[in-house]
Amino acid sequence: MGIWSCLGKSLDEVRDSLYTGKSGIILDPVRKEMGFRSGLTAKVDIPDLKGILSRSQRAFMPEQAKYAYCATVEALRNAGIDQDYLDKHDVGLLYGNDSAVDPAVRAVDTIREKKDTTLCGSGAIFQSMNSTVTMNLGTIFHLRGINLTISGACASGSHAIGLGALLIQTGLQDMIVCGGAQEVNPFSVGSFDGISAFSTREDAPEKASRPFDRDRDGLVPGGGAATVIVEEYEHAVKRGAPILAEILGYGFSANGEHISSPNVEGPSKSLYMAIERAGISIDEIGYINAHATSTHVGDTNEAKAIYNVFGDRKIEVTSTKSQTGHEMWMAGASEIIYSMLMMKNDFIAANINFENPDEDSAKLLIPSKRIEKHFDTFLSNSFGFGGTNATLIVRNM
Amino acid sequence: MEKKELIAKINSVLAEEFEVEESIITPEANIKKTLMLDSLSLVDMLVLIESEFGVKIQPTELVKVQTFEALYDYLAERV
Repeated sequence: MGIWSCLGKSLDEVRDSLYTGKSGIILDPVRKEMGFRSGLTAKVDIPDLKGILSRSQRAFMPEQAKYAYCATVEALRNAGIDQDYLDKHDVGLLYGNDSAVDPAVRAVDTIREKKDTTLCGSGAIFQSMNSTVTMNLGTIFHLRGINLTISGACASGSHAIGLGALLIQTGLQDMIVCGGAQEVNPFSVGSFDGISAFSTREDAPEKASRPFDRDRDGLVPGGGAATVIVEEYEHAVKRGAPILAEILGYGFSANGEHISSPNVEGPSKSLYMAIERAGISIDEIGYINAHATSTHVGDTNEAKAIYNVFGDRKIEVTSTKSQTGHEMWMAGASEIIYSMLMMKNDFIAANINFENPDEDSAKLLIPSKRIEKHFDTFLSNSFGFGGTNATLIVRNM
Repeated sequence: MEKKELIAKINSVLAEEFEVEESIITPEANIKKTLMLDSLSLVDMLVLIESEFGVKIQPTELVKVQTFEALYDYLAERV
């Protein structure tokens, strides 16, 4: 596993931030100057890769590809995989990404201002394609297996991991680099701000993202990148890899209804499918990492879906978005890592800012303070615009 | 801008952008070989020259600008 997020630039930093309940949210004055309703955002530093990657390699990378590069370097190192291994094996790559707005905007500005397409530069086309992360990682690390970007809105990272596990189950790949990446620049979320989806609690940025809380008023955009190495079990054993966990189940569904408003049936179906494919009793699940983004309808309907499936069983449910904001295309992958860090370190991070439940969240066990708890299996939800749903169930090893 | 000053600036910005030692840039040296430019990074050199000197070199004109000396002369006539 490897990560670059507003909670830290390594697994250790992120684990500590989860443990202490740190918020990664700030008020960005640049967004206010640009006319945003909300200037709230996660703060994610763009890595300086000069001296690490060549100028030519860097020229093709937008910010989210740089985040993904750093997360992948850490993940490969932790998995005991070096460049020599990658050069000799057909390793795949499935990464969630669903936008590359900033380079596209800059190229269009150049064309309009200069009326000369050459002046867009060599990197613009490669930076502005939706597949920018997979084309960059694939060429940098010399990956020669499956190479695809998964664009499933805010479930992209989760689908990438789930589909990676399926490809491995079918024997088509032994190892796949999976993950999700999300750009953080203002251009990428300007129109999202425009539909009043973001919290405007600007006087207290760290309190703005409050999933499941009665007084939530919208999400806070975030980003970064998260990478997990998904590998066939016997292959990993033979390689002497440090095996962290098993992907037990991947469930998916689509709502087929409204483009932005989720329903209850679709997510419930995804949950049931993941549990069925995992082949476990729901009593074995010790923690649920909810998708809950801090929007009214989204959190309400997810709470209903979780209650539909789990009933009165008291399993801790939290949304790490209370600390990170909504990491969108990255979220499904990063939240697997957040949950893994909790599972490996015997705690469940607080759902910070959960002060008062509403009618539906009151039916769930949502800890507002960190709890020390050992668990060996967790479930993670990710839902996206267009009604795409993904659920992953992971077991400790 | 004096030509000597122009040459110094050209060498400086090219060395900085393409991450080479300025000392390897000599008038008779081939630009593409010295700066290790491929067809894509060559485009970035044109972008850099436009932003630094306000001169647009069309890709088709590059056949006339193979060496640094040719580049100095090309820009000296237009800056």
